[in-house]
Amino acid sequence: MKTKDYNRGLRHGVAVGLGYFAVSFAFGMEAVTKGLSILQAVLISLTNVTSAGQFSGLGIIAAGGTYIEIALTQLVINLRYCLMSFSLAQKLDRSTPSWHRYLMAYSVTDEIFALDASLGGSLKPAYHYGITSVAVPGWVLGTLAGAISGNILPAFVISALGIAIYGMFLAIIIPPARQNRAILTVVLTAMGVSFLFSVLPVLSKVSSGFVIIITTVAVAGIAAWLKPIPDEETKGDD
Amino acid sequence: MAHNVYLYILVMAGVTYLIRMLPLALSKKEITSNYIKSFLYYVPYACLAAMTFPAILHSTASIYSALVGLITAVIAAYKGKSLLVVALAACAAVFIAETLISL
Repeated sequence: MKTKDYNRGLRHGVAVGLGYFAVSFAFGMEAVTKGLSILQAVLISLTNVTSAGQFSGLGIIAAGGTYIEIALTQLVINLRYCLMSFSLAQKLDRSTPSWHRYLMAYSVTDEIFALDASLGGSLKPAYHYGITSVAVPGWVLGTLAGAISGNILPAFVISALGIAIYGMFLAIIIPPARQNRAILTVVLTAMGVSFLFSVLPVLSKVSSGFVIIITTVAVAGIAAWLKPIPDEETKGDD
Repeated sequence: MAHNVYLYILVMAGVTYLIRMLPLALSKKEITSNYIKSFLYYVPYACLAAMTFPAILHSTASIYSALVGLITAVIAAYKGKSLLVVALAACAAVFIAETLISL
């Protein structure tokens, strides 16, 4: 039974792994461009397994930001995983031992969560591990390939790939924004606020990590106050 | 880089793991505050939007090719294309735009 769940996870994870390879390729390249070693780039991907957090962390490392700044940025950017983990915790059998919970937490990502959540019935840890077994190698090997080729690829290729991660972010936020006015308002307001931070005289001195934190907390905080969501929307639709 | 890169990595990994682990390990019942649920619901959108713009404009060799890539990505995402397709479409658009600019 466990083998069956694991194998199903493996099959479902292949698409995730391929997608991860492409995105983490861009991450590996950028990491090396920003002065990190290949080992450091791979180590970040292996220990973090999160696109947005890693890219923002890279910016802070390159700028020589403080440890507090990098910790707070990760906290805010990755706060969504908190919600996903809550949701997965609801889906687990109550009898699931703690060590499974500690282990599963390692690979709660947007895409793996989406697969976990979309499966009917209670969540089997073996299924989650099956997806992880192909998704994480895709993420780590993509980083390695990107970090190695970052030094040998011509400048125009690097320039074109630089936009890949932002394309992925847009692909995550635009479809729900199209369906839901409140999300659309949040997206446009957040973009407007961070744009103001980049052009206004005093505000442009604030480091990029804190701009993301301030913008996210302010915009999401006000949106939650003005437009609280109906109960069932918090679950499983990421 | 005055700081230790490995310490940065440790901080990043530690914070990220705790965020994922604590709710899984501790939550035996659901969050009840609707304000917190709503806040967490909006966080990814606000956060990804703030990270994308205006940073996307400086992600390539020229602001014009970045604009072309941005518009391409928005259209592809609006049409509901997958993450991979949107990302590759944006890259291709940037590549074409830069080839045209340099002509």
